[in-house]
Amino acid sequence: MSKREISLSINGKAHTAAMEPRLSLLDFLRDEVGLTGTHVGCEHGVCGACSILFDGAPIRACLMLAVQADGHAITTVEGLCNEDGSAGTLQDAFQDAHGMQCGYCTPGMLISAQALLAHNSDPSLAEIKDAIGGNLCRCTGYVQIIEAIQLAARRLREAGP
Amino acid sequence: MTAATLDAGGAGRNLHYVAQKRRVREDRRFVAGTGKFVQDIALPDTKHAAVLPSPYSRARILSIDSTAAAALDGVHMVLTGQQMAEDCNPIRLGLKLPDIKWYPLAVDMTRYAGEWVAIVVADNAYIAEDALELIQVDYEPLAPVIDPEQAFDETDLLVHPDHGSNVLYHGNFLWGDVVGDFAAADDSLTLRTRWGRSSTVPIETFGALARWDEGTEILDIWASIQMPNFVELLATTLGYPLNNIRLHQDVDVGGSYGVKRGIKQSVLVGYLSRKLKRPVRLIEDRLVNMAGGDAHGPDRIFDTEAAFSRDGVIKSLKIRALDDAGAYPGRAPFQLAKPISAIVGPYTINSVKYEAISVATNKTGQVPVRGFGQAPTNYMIEMTVDAVARHLGLDRLEVRRRNLIPSDAFPYQIPSGSSYDSGDYQVVLQKGLDLARYDELLQRRDSARAEGRLAGIGIATCLEPGGGNNIFEYLMDPTAEITTFMEACEVKVDPQGKITGMMGTTTSGQGHETLFATILGEELQIDPDEIRIVHADSLTALPTRSPVASRMAIMLGGAATGAAAKIKDRAMAIAAFNLERPVEDLEYAGGTISDRNDASRKLTWAEICFIAYRAYHKLPPGMEPGFHAQHVFQVPGGGQLPDAQNRVQIYPCFSFQAHIPYVEIDPGTGKVSVLDYAIAHDCGTVINPDIVRGMVIGGLAHGIGAALYEQFAYDEEGQFLSASFADYLMPSVHEIPDVKDVEHCTPSPLTSHGQKGSGEGGYLGAPAAIASAVNDALQPMGLSLSELPMRMHKIEALINDGPG
Ligand code: FES
Ligand code: FES
Repeated sequence: MSKREISLSINGKAHTAAMEPRLSLLDFLRDEVGLTGTHVGCEHGVCGACSILFDGAPIRACLMLAVQADGHAITTVEGLCNEDGSAGTLQDAFQDAHGMQCGYCTPGMLISAQALLAHNSDPSLAEIKDAIGGNLCRCTGYVQIIEAIQLAARRLREAGP
Repeated sequence: MTAATLDAGGAGRNLHYVAQKRRVREDRRFVAGTGKFVQDIALPDTKHAAVLPSPYSRARILSIDSTAAAALDGVHMVLTGQQMAEDCNPIRLGLKLPDIKWYPLAVDMTRYAGEWVAIVVADNAYIAEDALELIQVDYEPLAPVIDPEQAFDETDLLVHPDHGSNVLYHGNFLWGDVVGDFAAADDSLTLRTRWGRSSTVPIETFGALARWDEGTEILDIWASIQMPNFVELLATTLGYPLNNIRLHQDVDVGGSYGVKRGIKQSVLVGYLSRKLKRPVRLIEDRLVNMAGGDAHGPDRIFDTEAAFSRDGVIKSLKIRALDDAGAYPGRAPFQLAKPISAIVGPYTINSVKYEAISVATNKTGQVPVRGFGQAPTNYMIEMTVDAVARHLGLDRLEVRRRNLIPSDAFPYQIPSGSSYDSGDYQVVLQKGLDLARYDELLQRRDSARAEGRLAGIGIATCLEPGGGNNIFEYLMDPTAEITTFMEACEVKVDPQGKITGMMGTTTSGQGHETLFATILGEELQIDPDEIRIVHADSLTALPTRSPVASRMAIMLGGAATGAAAKIKDRAMAIAAFNLERPVEDLEYAGGTISDRNDASRKLTWAEICFIAYRAYHKLPPGMEPGFHAQHVFQVPGGGQLPDAQNRVQIYPCFSFQAHIPYVEIDPGTGKVSVLDYAIAHDCGTVINPDIVRGMVIGGLAHGIGAALYEQFAYDEEGQFLSASFADYLMPSVHEIPDVKDVEHCTPSPLTSHGQKGSGEGGYLGAPAAIASAVNDALQPMGLSLSELPMRMHKIEALINDGPG
């Protein structure tokens, strides 16, 4: 199959790559770029484990082709870390509230929460639930995840703009 | 939280790390996206496998033509069941059923829709899937047997004709004077309850990667596997000596709760990697996982008869459990045996008759699921208690209070032989009621009803057996004299004095590394954050079984405590020798050992480590140099075969929970909304509060799923209807209420720090509690349901069309 070349930004870095048009964005990120933080749960758009930010908006990488990302900016869970690789505010709050167990849904949860907090640092419970409503977690029952997002929001507010 | 003084195991100790709110060490890698799941492991030149599922529930395979698939560019191999069966043994089943042959790929016949009939290995998964479409299979479809009751009676439609019957196991147990108790009781009732086929459905499917190394003759396996002991199955199936296989356990497992066993998957990649002399990996896609990934749970019909007094005290139970094991039983029948350890729940029931039947049908094979059969049994017991209350016109809560084992009766032996270690059931129930604000909740329900809404409160008081010893196998098969299910660890102190703990299992979300480090830190008085935890592979690990049965806090906790004691003993012996003081005069504090009577006479941790590694002349005579300890921990309170009445201690520890949910039902659609949920929980000493709380609430959410939504459904032809997340409905955040939770601590006298199991508890009670709430809501209409899941269309039909 003939390959197509694309250019995109991933976690702030410019990338150029060539791939078969049928390669999913999820497989591209994991297998070609080596960013394995984004997980594979269903490949049919329901579980949210593959969530990434696409030009700042949360999307499901399993439902997009890599070639569709040409010219766009992507953030994966790895991109939520600080420059030095340490945990960002949201990631820190997830640790303090133990907002996970097996960690498999966690990158997707973080991405959805990041998308929420980017424009709303004082979300209501309903807004938090809506933000992560498309992310399935089998382990936690969501309670500590919600608490983690509330903790992150509070810390972000306290830190100020 | 400050350092709490807990009466841990009766020791009354001041705890510094145990029971304190501390971060969970595993979380750090997960938030950074640097966890190492099997799908993240990349070996050079890895080839990718994909499997072809059978479209029929029962069919003869007349021929398979894979010529076109094999010829496709990038395909390395196409393998069928016939070819593979020539080179490997059938997978060993739990019970000895020699005429049931289970192979990784179907041979001659398919026995459920989704069974794997061929596997392709290609340069990548895309090409492998292209090739699947080119395989031509000629099937002769046959009539399947789908209904378990039909399967039980059936003589013609047999899932395994060579076995001669669909019955895999049929046993009768009698504990106590059931006939006498029934004759003496004021009243009795019968009840049929049904637990639907669902499972744990981790968000990560099963995956395995294998590499055969010709130079060392070692087959390396990385897999999302929970069970270290399954290398034994792998070895017998492949026909290799056990020490040719190395299962890597430093792999993060994306959830398991019992199901991540992956034996056929691991056999396949192991076999293929040796054939192809390259690494081969198989990552199930979601549809393959749901239909044929060997991950379905119990599917059970109970017929229960209860004898009780006029005031609601239950005297005796007759239970018949018919379980649908699917096409290949594996360890499924044993899920009927574990509940024997808590067959009367938390109640003072005097005698029990238990008939347990496991049948084969043309559905996916059943595997162990969270609680190993206890969740359906608890559901049945709680439904029975509610039925007794309703029958007598008594309050459900009051009936429970009259039946709960009193706190001064522990250790309490139940008719089937278990001795419950400790408990304070009335107090925990009251804590739950207080947390739920039960009086206000009653008012809320009643005012909702007054406004014409369907509202209900659920109550369930359930047990969670923890730390099992596997003797239940013997109850079903007296040739299986298995009386231990040990757990071990090794602790090394290095020349710098730093500590490394080595465990022999993977972790799949329970925070075992944190548990292990916390207990080592507590015992050695060293900050757990300075302790490293690693996972030994199956060749280097000490004897270990697996994180099943809510056992790691009990078992790894016990092993860690034992190893830490040996480390301390060694340090004390070195100090005693060098300080020329008897050990009794010495005191250990944070690694430094000093004379109680003269604090200036001391040896620091660094000095002790130097002596251990470098100064042989300063070691007590006969002591080996170096500084490490191993401890293999036997399940406490077990180790015996059953007595002549089949009474035996299977599990040492019994955690307890009281669940109180509040629901409302939309009469138009039958939709149940769980609006509130209170749970009071007692698992003895909590090692890490955040971990326990997470598992309690997560298990409870899983139980809400099993009660209301989740189902692996089949139609009459045996077609599988729940292959995607759009059909198998796992609760999202919108289906889970705000849970209020409270802990109570009745320490276990049998464990290192008073801890009990906690990984299953929420799940073991929530389905019963939700069913109780739904039935409470339906009661004003004179309706009830007894079959899980209580999906909305069933409730809607019941409300609008009436029963039947
Ligand atoms: S993997 Fe993309 S939504 Fe599940
Ligand atoms: S933490 Fe395991 S699926 Fe969410």
